[in-house]
Amino acid sequence: MTPEELLYRKTHEWVAVETDATGAKIATVGISAFALEALTDLVYIDLPEAGRKVSAGEPFGEVESVKAVSDLYSPVAGEIIEVNSALTDQLEGLSEDPYGKGWLVKIRISDEAALSELLDYAAYQKQCQEEMADD
Amino acid sequence: MDAPENKPCRTPLYGWHVAHGAKMIDFAGWSMPVQYTSIIQEHEATRNSGGIADISHMGRLRFEGPGAAVFLAELLTRRVADMTLGQIRYSLVTNDSGGILDDVLVGYYHNAQGQPYYLVVVNACNRVKIVNWIRQHLPPERAEAPGEEVLFTDVTRLWAMLAVQGPRAIDLLQPLIDADLQSMKYYRGRQARLLHPAASRQGGIVSRTGYTGEDGFELALGAQIAPAVWDVLVEMGRPLGIVPAGLGCRDTLRLEAGMPLYGHELCEKTHPFEAGLGFACHLAGYDFPGRDALREIARQPLRRTRVGLQIDGRRPAREHCDVYHGDQKIGMTTSGTVSPTLKKPIAMGYVSPEFAVPGTEVWIDVRGRKEPAHITELPFYRRKNEKK
Repeated sequence: MTPEELLYRKTHEWVAVETDATGAKIATVGISAFALEALTDLVYIDLPEAGRKVSAGEPFGEVESVKAVSDLYSPVAGEIIEVNSALTDQLEGLSEDPYGKGWLVKIRISDEAALSELLDYAAYQKQCQEEMADD
Repeated sequence: MDAPENKPCRTPLYGWHVAHGAKMIDFAGWSMPVQYTSIIQEHEATRNSGGIADISHMGRLRFEGPGAAVFLAELLTRRVADMTLGQIRYSLVTNDSGGILDDVLVGYYHNAQGQPYYLVVVNACNRVKIVNWIRQHLPPERAEAPGEEVLFTDVTRLWAMLAVQGPRAIDLLQPLIDADLQSMKYYRGRQARLLHPAASRQGGIVSRTGYTGEDGFELALGAQIAPAVWDVLVEMGRPLGIVPAGLGCRDTLRLEAGMPLYGHELCEKTHPFEAGLGFACHLAGYDFPGRDALREIARQPLRRTRVGLQIDGRRPAREHCDVYHGDQKIGMTTSGTVSPTLKKPIAMGYVSPEFAVPGTEVWIDVRGRKEPAHITELPFYRRKNEKK
């Protein structure tokens, strides 16, 4: 999916929602290019184990740059069914291809309520512009 | 130009930083570049070739007059009265209980007219505090005492300061300066003339000092000519692999070099001996504030001591993480990052002296999770050919 087709959490995680063969909704979650650009110099990422259940807004991992650590928040409620553990040793994948190779986790959504709170591309762009102006 | 009130101060190079896409942050009341490209790139460039940094935010305090030497000797922990021309010393300013108010460099120079003066370079975050401390200890009756006058001027805003650091710093600077840099020793400096037309042959101070663990120099020069000199350094530095370097890599460079940073390793509750800075305290000479307290502290066993820590895994500790040995809390970190040179998480902190032995296995509470680590010697990084 292109960035324009994704949904975003205010904390800069992106979400792509697809329906699998069984009819379950699966959210693929990553970090936006805007956030990665702001972080720069990534040195470490901590991702959860598959099987963990998360609620919407719960931290599921952390990403560290040379200067600081940032939590990663789950945009949806559900069970983590897949983790892109290759990133741990290849952090460049995150910055090079944030919406492709840089995906973090896939979550089988258990409650769709949080989806309605996510931002679409235009609203997220607006938020990013406001954050830039605040700097 | 002074920035409007409540807005951070701007160095003479502010416009250049912004025009060249630097990420700016508010640091100690100054709007400063944290990075131009990436912290790791600028860090590696400084280690391999060189980095040019705007350090004009640091406070520059000038002392002249027949009473200047004794005044400074009674203010600083280090001997000043015996300093020879061109000598620079690392010193501390302590309060009456021996706590560290600031760590400074004091240099003794002649200006272009041959008049002697001392220049004390203080941390940006402490400038106002130290200026007030000086005024408190330099009342008019002392400053104007016949035959022992002291003229104190805060020249921070009149001068700029640039750090040129790295193995090729000397190759960049030598052609631009009418002083023999090759023969200049570490912690020496002098009045010199800038030879490039952009600097209009104006003078400044060049010193072999720095905060990166590399060979290098610092230039103190008039604020008006700083942008032109900066341009020349950037242009002539490029073919040598020397790049503009922001405060972000200044922090990772000094951390690898095991150098303390005020507000992290040092504060008013830290005393010099536990910080490993006893060498900067001359307790037998002039009576500076805190001298008697430090004599007493020197007689006591250390309650804690500054150490290096290396984390065995990949998850870095930052400042204020508790350090444990088994179940026992033995100390706390004061700075931490992932070392761009070692590619491993490193930290500095304070631990009880009995655990300060290199190799001692400890663990650090990093945001609620135990990270195995061990005590290491400082510095983490030592450049080739560096004398111990």
